[in-house]
Amino acid sequence: MHELGIIVHITKTLQSVAAENNLREIASVTLEVGEVSSIVPDYLTDCWQYYRKKFPLIEHAEMKIEMMPAVTYCESCEKTYPTVEYGRQCPHCGSWETYLVTGDECNIREIEAQ
Amino acid sequence: MYKVYEIKKRIFDDNDQEAEKVREELKADGTFLINLMSSPGGGKTTTLKRTIDALKEEMRIGVMEADIDSAVDADAISETGAKVIQLHTGGMCHLDADMTRQGLEELGTEDIDLAILENVGNLVCPAEFDTGAVKNVMILSVPEGDDKPLKYPLMFQVSHCLLINKIDALSCFDFDFDACRERVLRLNPDMKIIPISAKTGEGMDEWYGWIREQVKEWKEAGK
Ligand SMILES: Nc1nc2c(ncn2[C@@H]2O[C@H](COP(=O)(O)OP(=O)(O)OP(=O)(O)O)[C@@H](O)[C@H]2O)c(=O)[nH]1
Ligand SMILES: [Mg+2]
Ligand SMILES: [Zn+2]
Ligand SMILES: [Zn+2]
Repeated sequence: MHELGIIVHITKTLQSVAAENNLREIASVTLEVGEVSSIVPDYLTDCWQYYRKKFPLIEHAEMKIEMMPAVTYCESCEKTYPTVEYGRQCPHCGSWETYLVTGDECNIREIEAQ
Repeated sequence: MYKVYEIKKRIFDDNDQEAEKVREELKADGTFLINLMSSPGGGKTTTLKRTIDALKEEMRIGVMEADIDSAVDADAISETGAKVIQLHTGGMCHLDADMTRQGLEELGTEDIDLAILENVGNLVCPAEFDTGAVKNVMILSVPEGDDKPLKYPLMFQVSHCLLINKIDALSCFDFDFDACRERVLRLNPDMKIIPISAKTGEGMDEWYGWIREQVKEWKEAGK
């Protein structure tokens, strides 16, 4: 399952951050997830509930997810528009010369820990 | 007392670093690794079999199969006489660099010139996880349609070579080559595009030529 693979990577990153900073316990993890990333937030938190139990470091850590809106920029008319609604074609001028500015993120923003 | 620590890391960062290490090891061993991706049924196994038959006299080939839960493809490949191992993805829909490394260890890369990884049939997440391969090759088959680049842009962005397969079936589908090529090149101007039929062998010589060139360059880079 895709979300489980992602949780495995988050956990590895947290373990190395904990080792660098001498952390024993993580209380929460805040993620930034883009609207057009391949991640389904509900699945992700479900996987987290199950996976965190295996590691004392994150056993009680709450997962917080902040959704980031997807925005596309049009090179032809230099305007931006919401990606989810209009896709790759610019609704202002009809051009295909567009690229995603934000919305495919999948970042660990911060943790609370001691 | 809990303190807030800013992390600001992409979730894929740790995998990307691992993948970089895998590539360095491959370079030292002189092993060129292709990550082969496509939709289910795009023709990965058929293409692989024909490729092995054509190239096995001139290079040592090893294959890693990532079929979700069967050994069907691994059995098909072993008929060619190439070294093949089955990867254990634990039901996962993609492979990451860690799993690739385990597979490479099992395969033993010291005496392999060309290693090919048949990824899980899926156009979404294999594109997000760098496996550590030297080059990503994607197969798009004619029945899937020429609009796939619009639906799965990331896969086309991370691939270096695109095989448009099943061209023997062109007459049954209205697949517009020029439109497809334009869409692909808009996403990825450096993409090498090769139309093939893994069934009849049409177009395959150009593909073999690409592999020969890449393997040679990689070995020279590792010297
Ligand atoms: N007509 C035609 N059929 C092909 C061609 N290449 C593959 N096929 C057929 O397409 C089907 C799927 O081919 P596979 O090689 O098993 O595809 P795959 O990508 O390995 O499939 P999975 O591993 O299940 O994702 C088989 O029935 C093949 O015979 C081709 O060039 N032309
Ligand atoms: Mg197959
Ligand atoms: Zn996946
Ligand atoms: Zn515009």
